[in-house]
Amino acid sequence: MICEKCDKKNATVHFTKIIHGKKTEWHLCESCAREKGELERPFGGGFPLHQFFSEMMGFMPGGSSDKLLPQAQTGVQCSCCGLTYAQFGQIGRFGCENCYEAFAKCLPALFRKLHGSQKHRGKIPLRTDKGVKLRKDIALLREELQRKIAEEAFEEAAALRDRIKKLEKEREAGGAAGEGKG
Amino acid sequence: MKEKDERWIPERDPSMGEHTQAGCENRRLEKICSKFLEGTGPEADVVISSRVRLARNIRDHLFPPLASNLQRKNILQLCREILQEEEERFSRFQFLELDSISGVFKQVLVEKHLISPLMARENVCSALCLREDETLGIMINEEDHIHIQCMLPGLQLEQAWQEASLLDDCLENQASYAFHEELGYLTACPTTVGTGLRASVMLHLPALVITRQINRILFALNKVGLVLQGIYGESTDFTGNLFQVSNQITLGQSEDEIWQNLYGVTRQLINQEKKAREHLLNEGRERLDDRSGRALGVMRYARVLGVQEVMQLISDVRLGLDLGLVRDISAGTLNKLLALTQPGCLQYLKGRELSAYEQDLERAAQVQKFLDC
Repeated sequence: MICEKCDKKNATVHFTKIIHGKKTEWHLCESCAREKGELERPFGGGFPLHQFFSEMMGFMPGGSSDKLLPQAQTGVQCSCCGLTYAQFGQIGRFGCENCYEAFAKCLPALFRKLHGSQKHRGKIPLRTDKGVKLRKDIALLREELQRKIAEEAFEEAAALRDRIKKLEKEREAGGAAGEGKG
Repeated sequence: MKEKDERWIPERDPSMGEHTQAGCENRRLEKICSKFLEGTGPEADVVISSRVRLARNIRDHLFPPLASNLQRKNILQLCREILQEEEERFSRFQFLELDSISGVFKQVLVEKHLISPLMARENVCSALCLREDETLGIMINEEDHIHIQCMLPGLQLEQAWQEASLLDDCLENQASYAFHEELGYLTACPTTVGTGLRASVMLHLPALVITRQINRILFALNKVGLVLQGIYGESTDFTGNLFQVSNQITLGQSEDEIWQNLYGVTRQLINQEKKAREHLLNEGRERLDDRSGRALGVMRYARVLGVQEVMQLISDVRLGLDLGLVRDISAGTLNKLLALTQPGCLQYLKGRELSAYEQDLERAAQVQKFLDC
């Protein structure tokens, strides 16, 4: 199908408009659609999925009808990239790693809704401080221990308890060594 | 790492001028029908491919959606340096800057699932670093600084995860990632924070569609934290009975839990699909035989073929092939046809833009040519 406006390129944008009950169909090429303002993207033109995302999360542009975006928080701004929480609500994207700190108060509810959790249980970068890795391993083993106790698998629970003790010792030793160096 | 491999230079390649039109087409055909499509992995009669994608960002740099062009350029340069540091490992990779290639070739990359539709649209200072066999790649400046992708034929989620993770470790030797002790890998989109892992399988489920069980199954998938999409991203266009199932949750589960959950559900889907196929065979073998025979007939003799029509025909023939009703065609041929008949690939093959009608004519001609080989 050829673009109805320029009559040259292939029509790749198809849409139907209903204004005052009158239906009109359009078949345009991408550049004519952009010219006509049908492909305009807010916020610098970088977020084609923003609407899908905002709707999925219950964010509405402007934020007035959204429970996850309390009015009091909409003005919070990331000091690093300048993104406000209201803008985050509109585009559904963080601007930088610091946004996670800047919007920290509002995020737990969002993560619970999206993931049912707010705690990472996966891979840890090799470069991360060894203490962090040990703390995470210990926390995971403790969860596992609770499960085994609930299942009354006491032998396995005892083995887990010993592993936890060993890791805790390692952590303490590491911490003491670190303090000694400092 | 190769900067300018001929294989990747699209239609602007001046050397092509010296060749005949047929010679150029053959070379382009080779690029479209990469070896990956010939591969048959485990459970290939239902699972077309398995894919794992890891999202990572480099510490102290704005994420791509908010970064200026200059900042994106810096990230690209940084990634280039990281890859150069690990030169030995990346000797079989090619580096392709998206600014420098034609729109049609970008579409080819999208159709082959090597870049995302987003990256084809928004690609200032974006690049794809792709291994020769096309199974392992790094997208730079997509929604995050780095997207590592491993895609393997058949059901190979564990292998895909391991390969992507190894590449991740290798990059991390040189780069410091944005990582939070509680939240994991920090990504531009809150739907990928945590592991940054999106695992998916592309499935061919014709019997579940024919027996109308698919809606019930799709509904159940949502309940176990999985999401179903069409094969080209966020749409729900299930043309050709092809479905993509992927994990929705990235925070609170380990990587192993994520791929194992998807693996378990995929196994169940395979069983359901096979049961439905058996049921169809018992109900009327001839009817299925007729269905795939007719599809093959249309493919051989049609003069005008739409993309959706050809995808449905390929699906019908594939079902016949999997059930032993069709013999003189291979799964690899059908995979190649599926890639070749997409709009971007067809236009790339001919080296020019084609109108929708021209595409339909060319599609029919290519299908015939392929089946006659």
